[in-house]
Amino acid sequence: MSARDNILKRLRERTDGPLTAPPSNFAVVTGRGWSQQERLTRFERWITSVHGEVVHTPRDDWTIALAEVLEAKGIRRLALGREHPVAAEARAALAEGDIVLIDADRDIETWRHEQFHDTDAGLTSTRGAIAETGSLWLWPTSDEPRLLSLVPPIHIAVLDADTIEDTFFDVVESHGWANGMPTNALLISGPSKTADIEQTLAYGVHGPRELVVLLRHAEEYP
Amino acid sequence: MSASEVQTFTPREFHRQAHDALGNPQIRANFRKAMDGLMAKRRDVFSDWDLETLRELGANIRLRALAKLPDLLERLEANCQANGIQVHWAENGDEACRIIRGICERHGAKAVIKGKSMVSEEMHLNAHLEAAGIEALESDLGEYLVQLNEQTPSHIIMPAIHLNTDEISDIMHTRTGTERTRDVDTMTAAARAQLRERFMAADVGVSGVNFAVAETGTLCLVENEGNGRMTTAVPPVHIAVTGIEKVVEHLSDVPPLYALLTRSATGQHVTTYLNMISSPRKPGEHDGPNEVHLVLVDSGRSSIYQDDELLDTLRCIRCGACMNHCPVYTRVGGHTYGTTYPGPIGSILMPHMMGLEATKDLPTASSLCGACGEVCPVKIPIPDLLVRLRRESVGEGRGNVPGAGVKRSKKEVAVWKGFQWLATHPRGWRSSTAIAGKLQALMPSKLGPWTEYRTAPKPAKVSLHALVKRHQAGKFDEDGEERS
Amino acid sequence: MTPVKLYPAKPEKIYFYGTCLVDLFYPEAGLDGIRLLEREGIEVVYPQAQTCCGQPAYTSGHHDEARAVAAAQLDLFPGSWPIVVPSGSCGGMMRTHYPQLFAGTEHEERANEVAGRIYELTEFLLHVCQLRLEDRGQPEKVAMHTSCSARREMGLAETGPALLARMGQVELVEQARAAECCGFGGTFAVRHPEVSAAMVEDKTQAIEATGAKRFVTSDCGCLMNIAGRFEHQGKAVEGEHIASYLWRRTS
Repeated sequence: MSARDNILKRLRERTDGPLTAPPSNFAVVTGRGWSQQERLTRFERWITSVHGEVVHTPRDDWTIALAEVLEAKGIRRLALGREHPVAAEARAALAEGDIVLIDADRDIETWRHEQFHDTDAGLTSTRGAIAETGSLWLWPTSDEPRLLSLVPPIHIAVLDADTIEDTFFDVVESHGWANGMPTNALLISGPSKTADIEQTLAYGVHGPRELVVLLRHAEEYP
Repeated sequence: MSASEVQTFTPREFHRQAHDALGNPQIRANFRKAMDGLMAKRRDVFSDWDLETLRELGANIRLRALAKLPDLLERLEANCQANGIQVHWAENGDEACRIIRGICERHGAKAVIKGKSMVSEEMHLNAHLEAAGIEALESDLGEYLVQLNEQTPSHIIMPAIHLNTDEISDIMHTRTGTERTRDVDTMTAAARAQLRERFMAADVGVSGVNFAVAETGTLCLVENEGNGRMTTAVPPVHIAVTGIEKVVEHLSDVPPLYALLTRSATGQHVTTYLNMISSPRKPGEHDGPNEVHLVLVDSGRSSIYQDDELLDTLRCIRCGACMNHCPVYTRVGGHTYGTTYPGPIGSILMPHMMGLEATKDLPTASSLCGACGEVCPVKIPIPDLLVRLRRESVGEGRGNVPGAGVKRSKKEVAVWKGFQWLATHPRGWRSSTAIAGKLQALMPSKLGPWTEYRTAPKPAKVSLHALVKRHQAGKFDEDGEERS
Repeated sequence: MTPVKLYPAKPEKIYFYGTCLVDLFYPEAGLDGIRLLEREGIEVVYPQAQTCCGQPAYTSGHHDEARAVAAAQLDLFPGSWPIVVPSGSCGGMMRTHYPQLFAGTEHEERANEVAGRIYELTEFLLHVCQLRLEDRGQPEKVAMHTSCSARREMGLAETGPALLARMGQVELVEQARAAECCGFGGTFAVRHPEVSAAMVEDKTQAIEATGAKRFVTSDCGCLMNIAGRFEHQGKAVEGEHIASYLWRRTS
């Protein structure tokens, strides 16, 4: 018999007999009932508590905020997608400037060295965020591949305020994640960090040192 | 310990290793400081939660997964395969090592980069691969440092917690030529640079799994550093290795377990990354591995599964809170246990993996203070399981743990039989004027160690039985029944 | 931890289970506990056939012997009165582990019935007797060590401190890491003496650092351990069972 069959047989022919599954009550991880303002406040409080930066911007002028972030951080070479409206709008806005736009929508094998050594920042869209933990959720695509949010030293993520939901459980349930998971689904809560050297926090150990969230508001943000 | 000293640890030498650790002020200080910090952070991060309800949910999710374990494993396998993930099964660590080596060899792999995986530690994968001429490099910063220092992790979440900044600076200087510094950012940046080259050059990435979701065929990895994402996305082949108990039924089971895991482990409200992998690179996608393998390892787990009481051991989600809160672990550190998993969880898990003969001092290395059970996010009754393994050790259990009965000695049995006789013969108990002295002679071993650190207790001249008799003279008869 | 108990009204009568450590080493503590109860107008029955709850054998894995010893204790409480135990450790054994020990045996029902009547002394004084205390002692700082069994197994972290808070002249000081084990653990202190010693050393240092010259505890195992360590070092910090402390200062 194969290892598989042996293991399954032992589990099925359990000495103490079949087990009964207890019910699970998920009430404790849902039903927060927060207002939009509470969601925003919580999201911002949590993500900044782990070193994420939040830049509020009107929906329509967000590329101005992007340009300011690029300027402030001295970003010269920005990797980004092409198809997603976030990437398309960024490309249009930055076309005339002196920022080098690096195409992320190509096989990594063709530009790995460039991505690891010669890219200042990666720009991605997000699908939404979680107020309770200050987390962004990303489903990388061929347009915005998974390493775009990981390898460059700065990750700039664009988030729409009205896509922030209360809890992770709420996101999984309301968007039917279980009906079709992508190759890679990610929650990102702040920049890469470690406390492995005597409990001292240090950022950017493997992934980005900085995470900037461009938080887009449909209406004027107070 | 300096970078040049290589020390090996074994559970058989628990007492000697504990003696050494207790006498090492550096170890004592490192662990005390770290555990105090972790306990405080956990307390704070749960302060606005209905923690008991959340723990109850966590326990029930894990119990449900275990109740359906064989079905869920088959479902996990089917869904992974449908997604293009190749699934392998291994009866034990050796078989798992051979499977992993085989995959590496098929790809002509010379360099493996590893994300944190305690199961790979459990099976000594690195040594196995090195023996086959394949370099296995740890990429979690703590694991990397421990590997540079030719040690094993001393904590399942914070592998290098036994080392302080100066020691780490020494290690990095000696092993990698990094300039000596006390600046953690500088050291971290140096490690980043060193490891980035290795990620790019790696042929295979090996990772663990925190939760394997049967419903969707998804492998969830929880981490802060991003090395797990690198390991699973940069090399052309990704091999995930995990114990068969790590499966959960639904994707919706993940949020509560994730909430419990990060808060219990490091007192974080969330980790930087939750990395959920459901397939290799699909046509048209531009990065990620072309092959993803999942290796499911038994290594004694299906044996633990047989017994209703021992089963609870398999609920564990490997957060390490039990060690963070253990007064014994805090004093002696992780290496003293000489096992892959140290502390309370190790003491209830390792006897199944290594046998009670090798691990006989572990179930007794607890004052049964209950701190571990109190903080366990999935409510494993760790103290009860420690007592159960003590029963098995002395041959009064069900005999279904390897090495059961190894500690049974005629002398000790005689001691407890003597205790039983005295305690079931009240007149003998009462009439014995030097009863305390007799009990002292009946103790499992001499009181010597007690008096080395403490004054010996002085038996009272008059027992409570006698005092009460005098106090209540005439009110009651011998058996406490009121005289009419 | 056991679920929150619904406490009964103060009964006319109780059984007092002294425990073997009190019997052999701290009988005055047991008697002081009895006096506190009697002062509340409760008749105290002390079954003279009591010996030991069986815990040392139980935690050592010798459950056959523990069961035999425990079975003998089950016969001591024929009435329906509460059973009061001046120890969280023995109380926890009887309340929590007796039902486990006798599950599936002929004594199961009786073990569960007895377990349901077990009260730790400070728990009983506080929640059932609603004890009022008139402190006649000098102003004093005191530290308290609540045993791990009382704290975690019986869920009684607050009962001892709550009683001390009713003492007008007593200032309760909290030592660092108050919830941490003192290192006694029954046979643990004998099987792992060095680790146990490191734990009690830290505990005595934490208590000493509060500036209190006295500590109280509701468990004689911890008392023996911590006071034994202080005495061994020649430190002028004294330990006392909380029952003796309360009786001494209010009588």
